[in-house]
Amino acid sequence: MSGQEYRCVDAARGGLMFMRPVPGVGLGERVRIRDDQGRERTGQVIRSAEDVILVQVFEGTDHLNPEQTWVRFLNEPFTVPLSREVLGRVFNGTGEPRDERPPLLSRLRRNVNGAPVNPAARAYPREFIETGMSAIDGLNSLVRGQKLPIFSGSGLPHNQLAAQIVRQARLPGEESDFAIVFAAMGMSYNEARFFQEDFEASGVLGNVAMFINLADDPAIERLILPRTALTAAEYLAYDLDLHVLVVITDMTQYASALREVATAKGDVPSRKGYPGYLYSDLAEIYERAGRIKARHGSITMVPVVSMPSDDITHPIPDLTGYITEGQIVLSRELNSQGIYPPIYIPPSLSRLMKDGIGKDFTREDHPRVASQIYASYARALEVRNLASIIGAEELSGSDREYLRFADAFEQQFVGQAADEGRSIGQTLDLCWQLLSLLPQQELTRVSEADLAAHYQAEAAGEAPVSA
Amino acid sequence: MPGKVLTLNGPIVNAELPGIATGEQVLIGELEVVGEVIARQQDQAIIQAYESTESLCPGDPVTSLGHPLSVELGPGLLGQIFDGIQRPLQALFSSHGDTLPRGVRLDALERERSWCFTPDPGLKSGDTIRPGMILGTVPETETIEHRVLVPPNIHGELMELAPAGDYCLKGVIAHVRGSGGRVHELRLFHRWPVRTPRPYERRDHAVAPLLTGQRILDTFFPLLKGGKGAVPGPFGAGKTMVQQQIARWADADIVIYVGCGERGNELVDILESFPKLTDPHSGRSLMERTLLVANTSNMPVVAREASIYVGVTLAEYYRDQGYDVVMVADSTSRWAEALREVGGRLGEMPVEEGYPAYLASRLAAFYERAGRIETQGGRRGSVTLIGAVSPPGGDFSEPVTSHTKDIVETFWALSKPLADARHYPAVDWIDSFSGYAATAARWWEKEVDPEWADHRARALALLSQADELTRIVNLVGPEALSPAQRWALEGADLIKQGVLQQSALDPVDSYCPPAKQVALLRAMLQFYDDGGELLDLGVPVQELLRLPLLAQARRLKNLPAEGDADPIADFIEQLATETGALRMEYAQHEEKPA
Ligand SMILES: Nc1ncnc2c1ncn2[C@@H]1O[C@H](COP(=O)(O)OP(=O)(O)OP(=O)(O)O)[C@@H](O)[C@H]1O
Ligand SMILES: [Mg+2]
Repeated sequence: MSGQEYRCVDAARGGLMFMRPVPGVGLGERVRIRDDQGRERTGQVIRSAEDVILVQVFEGTDHLNPEQTWVRFLNEPFTVPLSREVLGRVFNGTGEPRDERPPLLSRLRRNVNGAPVNPAARAYPREFIETGMSAIDGLNSLVRGQKLPIFSGSGLPHNQLAAQIVRQARLPGEESDFAIVFAAMGMSYNEARFFQEDFEASGVLGNVAMFINLADDPAIERLILPRTALTAAEYLAYDLDLHVLVVITDMTQYASALREVATAKGDVPSRKGYPGYLYSDLAEIYERAGRIKARHGSITMVPVVSMPSDDITHPIPDLTGYITEGQIVLSRELNSQGIYPPIYIPPSLSRLMKDGIGKDFTREDHPRVASQIYASYARALEVRNLASIIGAEELSGSDREYLRFADAFEQQFVGQAADEGRSIGQTLDLCWQLLSLLPQQELTRVSEADLAAHYQAEAAGEAPVSA
Repeated sequence: MPGKVLTLNGPIVNAELPGIATGEQVLIGELEVVGEVIARQQDQAIIQAYESTESLCPGDPVTSLGHPLSVELGPGLLGQIFDGIQRPLQALFSSHGDTLPRGVRLDALERERSWCFTPDPGLKSGDTIRPGMILGTVPETETIEHRVLVPPNIHGELMELAPAGDYCLKGVIAHVRGSGGRVHELRLFHRWPVRTPRPYERRDHAVAPLLTGQRILDTFFPLLKGGKGAVPGPFGAGKTMVQQQIARWADADIVIYVGCGERGNELVDILESFPKLTDPHSGRSLMERTLLVANTSNMPVVAREASIYVGVTLAEYYRDQGYDVVMVADSTSRWAEALREVGGRLGEMPVEEGYPAYLASRLAAFYERAGRIETQGGRRGSVTLIGAVSPPGGDFSEPVTSHTKDIVETFWALSKPLADARHYPAVDWIDSFSGYAATAARWWEKEVDPEWADHRARALALLSQADELTRIVNLVGPEALSPAQRWALEGADLIKQGVLQQSALDPVDSYCPPAKQVALLRAMLQFYDDGGELLDLGVPVQELLRLPLLAQARRLKNLPAEGDADPIADFIEQLATETGALRMEYAQHEEKPA
C-alpha cells in the first residue's frame, strides 16, 4: 500500500488536511504529500475514522490545492534515522538536513514519540552540575538528569544565559563534556547565528546536534521538532552513554503552534484558547529528561519558556512549572539595572537541589546557607518595599543593614560577567561574605557551628566592597 | 464475536460492538491495547483506551474481556509499584526494559509466590461463613500481618479450611458451600471492581487525629483517621513534599501513594529512599507498609483517571482487614483533567473551564470513600484521603479547587509568598481550615497536653494580630506601633520560625513527635508572655529584641534530644533565669523614686 498515491483531500487549512477515508490507515502514521508544483511535504495522521482522515502537515498547508494534492501513506510511524553522525549536524524539525550536507544514513530509525519511561526504570538524579553561575549553583543547583527551564520575557538575555550554561556546565572534578542537543523553534535568524557562533567560538560545535525551525519556517513543524530532537538525545544518552544537555527554545512558540492546530481541529479550549491536553502534551516532552538505571548517559534539559506579558501565571510557564523540576526566573527589573544574569531569586527553584548538594556533593553547609540567603533576601525585599513607602531614613538600624545586603547581593552575587565562571566553593564563600553584612542574631537558619566556621564578624557594619 | 474499530480520536475509540455493557474492559487491535467501554450509542461502543492508540486502524478487531476494571487483592501488594490499571511496574521493567510496552498483560500479584498461611483456629468445618470474615493470616511483611478475608459477596457454610502451611497465591485455602449448593473456592486473593466502593457494616465517627509529625498540620489544622483533606497550591509550593512527609511519618498502618499525572522522579525518590527510612512507630523499614500507584504525566491520560480508583480500592481492602490506611493522591487536578479530556473528545457540553458538569459529583463520590468504619467482619478500620490540588495560575477559585474545598474537612492552603520566602511547609494560616479541631482537641488534651486547644487558639490569634500590624507598618511605618505591638510582631515571628517552619530536609526536625510539638509551642508562648510582663515593668522593647535568646528559640526545633538531653526544658530554664534577672533589675528601678 505504501507505494500507492491517493488524491482524496477534501480541504486543507490551518496545517491540517481533511481527507476522505482510505482503509487500513493507522493513527500516527507518516504520510508523504506531493503538491501541484511537485514539491514534497511530510505529515502525520492524527485522526482516523470511517468518514475522515485528519493529517497534520509539518510544512503547513499554505498553497495546497486539494484537487491537486497526492498523498502516500507510508504504513509506518514517524521515525528519524540515528547515528553518532547527528553530532555536528543541523536538521529541521522532521530530521531533514538543513546544512546542505547529505541526509544521515543509518538503518537505525526510531519513532519520534518515544515511549513513556517506566517509572521503575528511572534512577534518581543527584549529581551536581557546576554551571559557574552563583545564582544557579548556590541557590538553584542543577543536577544531571534534571529538567530546569528558564522563564524569560522578550528582550531578556535568556539566550546568553543558555549559551553560558552550555559553555560552562561541567561536573566538578570530571573531564567528560556534555554532548549538546540544541532545539530551536520560531527563532530569528540572528539568534540562531548567535548560538552557532557561540558554539563555534567555544569549540563545541562538533559536539552539538542542532534542530532548527526559524521564525519564518512553518509553525506546524514546531510540533514535531522537540520530539525529533529528544529522540536524538535519547539515542546519544542511552545508546552511546553520553551525558546530554538539551536546550529547547522557545516552548511558548511550540505551544502556540499546538493551539493553532487544536483550534483548526475544533478541540475544546480550556485556558486562553489552549487545548485541555496541553499539560499532558508538554509532559510528554519534558518527562523525556532524566536518568535510567544501568545506563551511563543522562538527559539534562534546559528549556526556555518566554512568559507572554511577563506573566508567570500564563498557561505555558504555569503548566511548565507544574511539570519541570524547578525554574530559573528572569526579571525585567534586574535586567534594566544592568544586572546579568538577571535571575530573580524568590520565584526561582530547583527541586532536585536537595539531593545533589551538601556534604558528599558540594559542601556541608550548602543547604543551610542557601536557605538562609533565601530567607534573608525575602526579608530584605520587604524592607526595601517599606523603605519606598516611609523613606530609608525612617528605617531601624538592622533594617538598613538588610537594604545594604539586598543591593550587595544583587550586584555581587547574582550579577557576574558573561564569561565568568565561579567554582561552587567561591560561590559559597561569597554567600558568607554577604551574610556577614547582617547581624549574627538574624541568621537563624544556619547552625551555630556554621556561624563559628564562616561568619566574618569584622565584615558586619562595613560597607561592601563594590564589584 | 469480535467487534471492529470505527473511529480513532486520541485515546477515544468508537467501535461496533453490539451488546457490550458500559464499564466492561476490551482489547483493541492485534496489539491488544486495553480499554474500557464508557458509553454506548446504539450499536456503537465508546471506548477509552488505557494505552496509546498509535498505529491502530479503523477495522481493527475489538474483543471483550467480560469484566469491568478490577484489582487483585491479596498478599504481595505492599512494597510494590503499580501503574494506573495495576500492572506491576517492577516486573514490567524486568521483562520489557526501560519503556512501557503496549498490550502486555501481567498479573498484578505473582501467582507462583508462596505464602505461609495460618488458619484462624476458631474456624471449623460447618461454620457459617460471612463476607469480611478472616480465614487466616499471612505475614505479608515483617510489620504487616495480611488478614485473608472472605470476599464481600460470599456467604455459606465452611466445608474445608486449609491447614497451616505454605500456599502459593492461587492455591485454594477454603471451600465454602453457598446458597443453592454452589461451592466457592477461596484463595489467598480475590478481585474487586475499582469503581464500586467495597461494602462495610456501618460508618463510625472518626475520633483520633492522624499524626503526621508536621506541626502546622497536627497542631494547627488537624486531620482525623478516616478524614478527608486537600492540599491545594501553585507549582512549587510544596504539595508533594507535604504528601511525602505524611507518607513517611503518619501513624497509619498502611500508606498508599498515588502519583497521578505527576513526575516520574518523585516516585523514584520514594522507591529509593523509603526502604532506607525507619518508621518511627514500628521501627521497621517504611517500604514495608507502603504501596505505590503511578501514572506519571507522560503516561496515557486515561489510565490516570483509573489510577485514583485503583488506589482507593486497595486502601479499602486493607481497611477491611482492620487497618488504618492513608491514601495520598498527587494530584487530583490531573485526574480531573483526564475527565475533561475524555469529556471533550466525547463532545459533552463543558460547564466551567472545559470541565464536564459531573466534575463536582465525581469528586464528592471519590472523597466519600474515606471514613472510619466497622467492617463486614466487625473490625474497625479507616481510610484517610488526602488529595493535592494544582490550580492553574495558583487561582483557588477555579473549579477543581473550589469544589474540593466544599467537600473536604481539612484544607491546607499553600501560599506562594511563603514558599518564595522558603517558609516551609508553606501552609497559610489564614486560608487553611480544619473542621476536625474540636475532635482532635479531645485526643490531645487527654493524651498530651490539657491546654492544647487554648495554646493553639492563642497562637492563631497572635498570628492574625501580626498580619494586621504588618499592614499598618506597611502604610505608616514601624514608628506607629506601641512597644506591646512591636513585641506582638516578634512573638508571631517566634511562632512562625520556632514552630510553623519545619524543614522536611532537616534530619532532626523532619518528624516532630506530639510531645515536642506541644513543648515547642509552649516555649514560644512562654517567651512571648514573659516579654509582655517585662514590658509592663518598663523594660524597653529594644532591649527585649536584643536578647540572644531569641535566636536560640528559633533554633530550638533543630536541636536533637539525645539521651537525657532535653533542649526545650533547658531553654525554658534559661529563659526563666534571664527574664528573672531583667525583672529584678527593672523592679528595682521602679522602687526608686522618679
Ligand atoms: N517542608 C519542606 N521542607 C523543605 N523544603 C520544602 C518543603 N516543602 C517544599 N519544599 C521545597 O519546595 C520544593 C517544591 O515542593 P513540591 O515539589 O512539594 O511542590 P509542589 O507543590 O508539589 O509543586 P508541583 O505542583 O509543581 O508538583 C521542594 O523541592 C523543596 O525544595
Ligand atoms: Mg508536586
